[in-house]
Amino acid sequence: MTTPRSRPNMATLVLVPVWGVVLAAYVGTMLWTAQISFTASRLLPVNEYVGFDQYERLFASARWLVSIQNIAIFGFLFIVGCLVIGFVLAVALDQKIRFENTLRTIFLYPYAMSFIVTGLIWQWLMNPGLGIQKAVRDWGFESFRFDWAVDREMALYAVVLAGLWQASGLVMALMLAGLRGIDQELWKATRIDGIPAWRVYLSIVVPILRPIIITAVVLLAISVVKSYDLVVALTNGGPGIATEVPAKFIMDHLFTRQNIGLATAAATVMMITVAAVLAPWLYMEYFRRQRAGGAA
Amino acid sequence: MKAFIAAALAGSALALASVPALAQEPAKAEVMHWWTSGGEAAAIKVFADAYAKAGGVWIDNATALGENARAAAINRMVGGNPPTAAQFNTGKQFDDLVAQKLVRPIDELAEEEGWKDVMSPFLVEAASRDGQLYALPINVHGQNWLFYSKPVFEAAGLTEPPTSWAEFIPALQKIKEAGYIPLSLGGQPWQERVLFNVILLADGGKDLYLKVYQDRDLDAIQSDEFRAIVETYGKLRGLVDPGSPGRNWNDATNLVLTGKAGAQVMGDWAKGEFINAGQKPDTDYGCVIGLDDETLMVGGDVFVFPAVTDEAQLAAQDLLARTMLAPETQVAFNLAKGSMPVRTDVDTSAFDACAQKGIALLKDPESQVPVFDILLSAGLVGSLDDVITQFWNNPAATPDQFVEGFVSAFEQDS
Repeated sequence: MTTPRSRPNMATLVLVPVWGVVLAAYVGTMLWTAQISFTASRLLPVNEYVGFDQYERLFASARWLVSIQNIAIFGFLFIVGCLVIGFVLAVALDQKIRFENTLRTIFLYPYAMSFIVTGLIWQWLMNPGLGIQKAVRDWGFESFRFDWAVDREMALYAVVLAGLWQASGLVMALMLAGLRGIDQELWKATRIDGIPAWRVYLSIVVPILRPIIITAVVLLAISVVKSYDLVVALTNGGPGIATEVPAKFIMDHLFTRQNIGLATAAATVMMITVAAVLAPWLYMEYFRRQRAGGAA
Repeated sequence: MKAFIAAALAGSALALASVPALAQEPAKAEVMHWWTSGGEAAAIKVFADAYAKAGGVWIDNATALGENARAAAINRMVGGNPPTAAQFNTGKQFDDLVAQKLVRPIDELAEEEGWKDVMSPFLVEAASRDGQLYALPINVHGQNWLFYSKPVFEAAGLTEPPTSWAEFIPALQKIKEAGYIPLSLGGQPWQERVLFNVILLADGGKDLYLKVYQDRDLDAIQSDEFRAIVETYGKLRGLVDPGSPGRNWNDATNLVLTGKAGAQVMGDWAKGEFINAGQKPDTDYGCVIGLDDETLMVGGDVFVFPAVTDEAQLAAQDLLARTMLAPETQVAFNLAKGSMPVRTDVDTSAFDACAQKGIALLKDPESQVPVFDILLSAGLVGSLDDVITQFWNNPAATPDQFVEGFVSAFEQDS
């Protein structure tokens, strides 16, 4: 019945509903969001167009500028920190040590928790009234200070710390899987050549792990962009506006501040930023290499 | 599977067939609200019981957190499947709904029952748009209370708080020297705002407060008087404990009632915590309104009735509104909620010493101001919160930056 010629048509036909859903649910809502950002909408979407007014207000808002700055600092420290800690942990676990399974479970365990729980735990730990600071002071070290969650200068780093604690285990698990996939012959060969182990890791192992590192960066970058729950649970954007992030700005303006126009403008800026950063990078990573014929 | 589908179809057919019969059945009211904590749940039960007694059927639809409950109610109203009634705060939260004609005006009902004669004029105004009553106020909360711990004040050698904030600061210093937390503050933007507004009203008086928030008078914001208030506010930064940022209001109240902190500025809902802990006003804790007991900052909750055409639903709404404002329901409800009745003609002898002070001020329209979210849009409230919290949390911030931030927030709000 089925001739080879009709097969592609059949496949296209079967995919039509999927394309419909993709266009309506993903592209459609994105365009709708962008469209609302050009209106004067407040509590409800209205069709009164005001041009770029919402964007002007957005970039005049100190809180939005602080949010962007925060997400840049948080994103950089979080991604680099997770990669470094995860890699070091994976290398350590790969040394055929005892209790490896137990340690692996412990390191991966935080990732099984929601960001809300992580945030709450670290809020307690870093609160001067009930956390680590109080415990150490009660032991007699009166001048001990660990109050990052309530310190305006340090609160953002408190968020980074909690994020690292949460996500480093995931990177470790990914990297460990990669390390286990490396041929033992390679290690023998480098040992015969007398190359120091750190050199092998840096010059040979890391390049082999490249696809895994990319996967880790993508996963971590996604949690950076949508970072909301961690901040809400840990500092709720405070003290002051010291730890505000764009996602929280958008949620606040959508729900409590009844300003859909401004919120969608912020959402559109975020989407464009992510697209502008990701597009050239994805192109470099996948398409260029495929064309060069060197696809993994 | 087939049997299941058949059963489901039969079930829905039955449901459809029984629709006309509803008209003769008792009035059914689905009420959306966000009262989920212990005292709040007890309060809403007063309404539910009263409604059942009046012959209606109460369908409870509670959602935790005001913003979630409001978002859910708004979604259903826009989607054409509105509840019978939905809770909002007095203020501008339902402006857009009124503008889109999604809310039913209840003037006729209010006229019939004579509500406007027994309600404080500010409440009627806060619930009206263009001279029409669109919402039903059901309780009044005072927001400018100072609760203080009697034992802590005694230990610091104080009897009562002085009557102005400028004089109150040295008193707080004494509490600090005695080894207690002087001012228990939850460092969340809305609580920092409550504190600022309380100082503005107490030291600047009703005039300045209304000039700023009602008339949006930018000259008043740039005046020396306003700047002095900002300075007073800034001085309080040294009088809270380091654990303040991010703390919930009830945890802050807890510090006062356990004798760790001297005083807290909060709305009268904090009284519920003292009552729960078994403490008595005037013996265990004291309460003053804005330090001088002169002007009450009032807000409260309202119910709006979505615009419907169904006769049965209209009747259910009427019955619901009448039940909620019946004098005995008002007293029972507000005793449970810790708020004050909206009717000035009910017997208030059952309320405690603190509430009596508020009720006395509520009788005279001259001694009230609306809370500032009644006067300003949610967006502007948010922008002002940003300014206040940035100033409070940055010891290097100057009153000039505060004033500048206020002015530009007002200017941007078209």
